[in-house]
Amino acid sequence: MSEVRAEMVANVWKVVAAEGEAVTDGDTLVILESMKMEIPVLAEDSGTLTRLAVAEGDVVQEGDLIAVIE
Amino acid sequence: MLESVLVANRGEIARRIIATAHRLGLRAVAVYSEADADLPFVREADVAVPIGPAQPARSYLNGAAVLAAAVQTGAQSVHPGYGFLAESHAFAASVIEAGLTWVGPSPDSIEQMGDKINARNLMEQAGVPVAAGTKQPVADEAAALAAAELIGYPVMIKASAGGGGIGMSAAADPAQLAAGFETARSRAERFFGSPAILLERCIHRARHVEVQILGLNDGRVLALGERDCSVQRRHQKVAEEAPSPGIGPELRASMLATAVRAGQAVSYRGAGTVEFLVDVSTGDFVFLEMNARLQVEHPVTELVTGIDLVEQQFLIAAGLDISFAPDQVAPSGHALELRVYAEDSKRFLPSPGTITEWAEPSGPGVRVDAGYAAGNTVTPFYDPLLAKLCVHGADRAQALQRARAAVASFGIGGLRTNLGFHAELLESPEFGSGGYDTSLVTRLRPG
Repeated sequence: MSEVRAEMVANVWKVVAAEGEAVTDGDTLVILESMKMEIPVLAEDSGTLTRLAVAEGDVVQEGDLIAVIE
Repeated sequence: MLESVLVANRGEIARRIIATAHRLGLRAVAVYSEADADLPFVREADVAVPIGPAQPARSYLNGAAVLAAAVQTGAQSVHPGYGFLAESHAFAASVIEAGLTWVGPSPDSIEQMGDKINARNLMEQAGVPVAAGTKQPVADEAAALAAAELIGYPVMIKASAGGGGIGMSAAADPAQLAAGFETARSRAERFFGSPAILLERCIHRARHVEVQILGLNDGRVLALGERDCSVQRRHQKVAEEAPSPGIGPELRASMLATAVRAGQAVSYRGAGTVEFLVDVSTGDFVFLEMNARLQVEHPVTELVTGIDLVEQQFLIAAGLDISFAPDQVAPSGHALELRVYAEDSKRFLPSPGTITEWAEPSGPGVRVDAGYAAGNTVTPFYDPLLAKLCVHGADRAQALQRARAAVASFGIGGLRTNLGFHAELLESPEFGSGGYDTSLVTRLRPG
């Protein structure tokens, strides 16, 4: 199991992947936006996206859980 | 003279405009979002009006809320700063319609220059050199590929309504163009409200050199020297200097004269900037865009000319003469501006957070335009600019020396900043030599 966490305070601009989907290492899961910059959050493992903890418009803090891949 | 001004902006530029307003005896009204209530500019204004939540679309970009605040506080004029509503011709028109004075160029000039395709076409007609490019919006990928064949690779893909380097990318071949086109379109739509895309021939090694212009009430357009803005990351400026170490007297004279012609072509009034790209290998220059507003990096021009550009904006908006004699402008010495961003020094990734320590450098020739102070929280909602560290010296060597000392003594704690990058930049032989171009940062940070 791998957990994907936010690297910085940011707004969730776009959710690209969906729960239950098969993802591959390097796939874009969500796109964060901070300080007018888009920051793609990538899968760090291949597997099934069992949890997507954020929705578009959310504000995430550094270290917040974004997704779980199993 | 004007009696009062509402500053429709935030952070360092709001504070900087308020300072000149106060020096000239104007009452200053600030507007602020929920996220910015504790910032210095709110405290320093005579009156401050909350205009909405943190999201720019619901506060600083909400023209109706800004205008309502102006009317409510009896502000006589509106200064937009840069970004946000500064280049919204509709907002400028609404301010004028409400009977207030707009501290900026006419809505017509803003509209003409806001669309880059239109601006390029207009400039070409006025005899200003432009790079080979599309004369109308590129509709789809197929049209983009066809246009690029005529222009020649590499090409730049740009949002016609864009600015600030956002959504801009280079394509070296058809595959890259095909890959980049849709991304550029969706970003253009999202950030600028228009999907219109412009393709332009990309210059391999270029310097970004821009000219500060001032359009007077009698129709004259002055050129107040150039700024070199070639130190960029992600097509956004990080450091600027005046004069440009990369151009000689002849090229300078030619660029200044061309900038004046560009301003005259749109009957420009107030402070504006004509941006050019200089091809390092040929010495040729082409028009890039015209910014119909005050520019972030205006302090370097102020430091070498001794002219307060915001004061001139107020005077021109009030229908008055400027404060100096145009033929007496004698630039002296050398100035640098380092943009201190809330981002790490290696990858330049955003680093919002709470500022626990804030100690500004001082000393001869040092000017700091800061938007924050200790205890403030830097949120992810706005650009990462914390402060502009500016220095002036008798020559470039002295300016560099002062900048190194100022960077070393700038104490910011609680979040990551790019001060470390600036320290490296000032030590880099390429920057030190003055012979750099827009890919300097990429060379300092390969990969």
